[in-house]
Amino acid sequence: MNVPSELKYTKDHEWVRIEGDTATVGVTDFAQGELGDVVFVEIETEGETLSQGETFGTIEAVKTVSDLFMPVGGEVIEVNEKLEDTPDIVNSDPYGDGWMVKIRIEDASEADDLLSASDYEDLIG
Amino acid sequence: MRKTVFNDIHRKMGGRLVPFAGFEMPVEFAGVKKEHVHVREKAGIFDVSHMGEIWVSGEHATELVQRLTTNDVHKLTDGRVQYSCFPNGKGGIVDDLLVYRVHADKYLLVVNASNIEKDWNWVVAHNHHGADLENASDSTSQLAIQGPDAAKILQKLTPADLGAVPYYSFIFDELAGKKNILISNTGYTGSGGFEIYFNNAEGPEIMDVLMEAGREFDLQPAGLAARDTLRLEMGFCLYGNDIDDTTSPLEAGLGWITKFTEGNDFIDRTFLEQQKEQGLKQRLAGFELQERGIARKDYPIVNEEGNVIGRVTSGTMSPLTGKTIGMGYVELPYNKVDTVIYVAIRNKQIPAIVVKPPFYQPA
Repeated sequence: MNVPSELKYTKDHEWVRIEGDTATVGVTDFAQGELGDVVFVEIETEGETLSQGETFGTIEAVKTVSDLFMPVGGEVIEVNEKLEDTPDIVNSDPYGDGWMVKIRIEDASEADDLLSASDYEDLIG
Repeated sequence: MRKTVFNDIHRKMGGRLVPFAGFEMPVEFAGVKKEHVHVREKAGIFDVSHMGEIWVSGEHATELVQRLTTNDVHKLTDGRVQYSCFPNGKGGIVDDLLVYRVHADKYLLVVNASNIEKDWNWVVAHNHHGADLENASDSTSQLAIQGPDAAKILQKLTPADLGAVPYYSFIFDELAGKKNILISNTGYTGSGGFEIYFNNAEGPEIMDVLMEAGREFDLQPAGLAARDTLRLEMGFCLYGNDIDDTTSPLEAGLGWITKFTEGNDFIDRTFLEQQKEQGLKQRLAGFELQERGIARKDYPIVNEEGNVIGRVTSGTMSPLTGKTIGMGYVELPYNKVDTVIYVAIRNKQIPAIVVKPPFYQPA
């Protein structure tokens, strides 16, 4: 299982890359494997400011649907446009092309709630 | 968690194993879309050993099976198979099943894994006829080899002429060097192929020989997820989704296996005949969503005014057509083809058009 050490994680199987006050968010390799083939990603919260833990979108796979949660609170400043036409990049490149949103972090201390790569590895066993 | 005899082989072939009906079963190998398309175009092999097998034999066997099932067992001849269901005495369905007639004194009932215990108890409780019963589910394995090339693969491994085994027929013959294998021209995919039944001990060797023989045809393992999308694309009912203890076989569109013929005195016959005469209030309908979304089990179906008129029982994206398809119960007359209905998906109402399954016609 691929769990890049430089990223942070949530127990909802999302990864977070923090650069300054911006957080880039996607789902983990483990999550895409569990979901199976992704059919589409629906994110209609661009421009909205949401709290940590709130739903910012949903990911529909052939088998099941899963909500996407804000790993930290803030404004959704960008949605990955590539997901619209090629949702399968979530399966093929979850940590790269398959990213979902960028968030402008409101409260940097919320990042302390995130898991390290080794904590996340323990979580998924 | 129970395991089929193919558990180790699934792991070696890269299967992702999940709990299903008390068994650890492979949900997917290369991915549901790939497996789905592969079965439609070439051939796939499914481990369906979790399914249950109940033998009914003796001079009262026909009588008991006739009483228990909605279809007319007297229409069966030796070596033929019939799709049927167990009515539950309350207008619902205990399970759907295949009835194999070996001869007039010997039947095999193949039932869903999730219902084996319930079915067995049901059959035993209604055996006032003194038929001999055997639950062979634990000792029997089953593989489904499905797809346009499935018969070619199996033909390499048996002296029997599989071309002489019509759809919904079966034989006992040698296969992969093993004698007395039940070879059945049936399946749950709509792409043709066979289902084979044998003793657990023979399983690993049969799988090896099959995979080897299938290499030139690119035979690939397929999991439960593809099995589900394949059956849904054909509009086949899945017990627990589209039919259950609360759904009537007539409402489920299973009128074609509910035979009010002379001498077919099955459980619930009177009730179902009345239901048919009085007219059904709801029907299982197929639909295609007109906008992006996937209808999932239990999502409400509403009309244009937003009033609830039904519920979704199955839904997915058809891997072949890219359409998002589903089935669900709707009040009459919303079941009419071309009617516009709406599926409530989270905070949206997505329009859908009622269509008559199958959603896809394999070549």
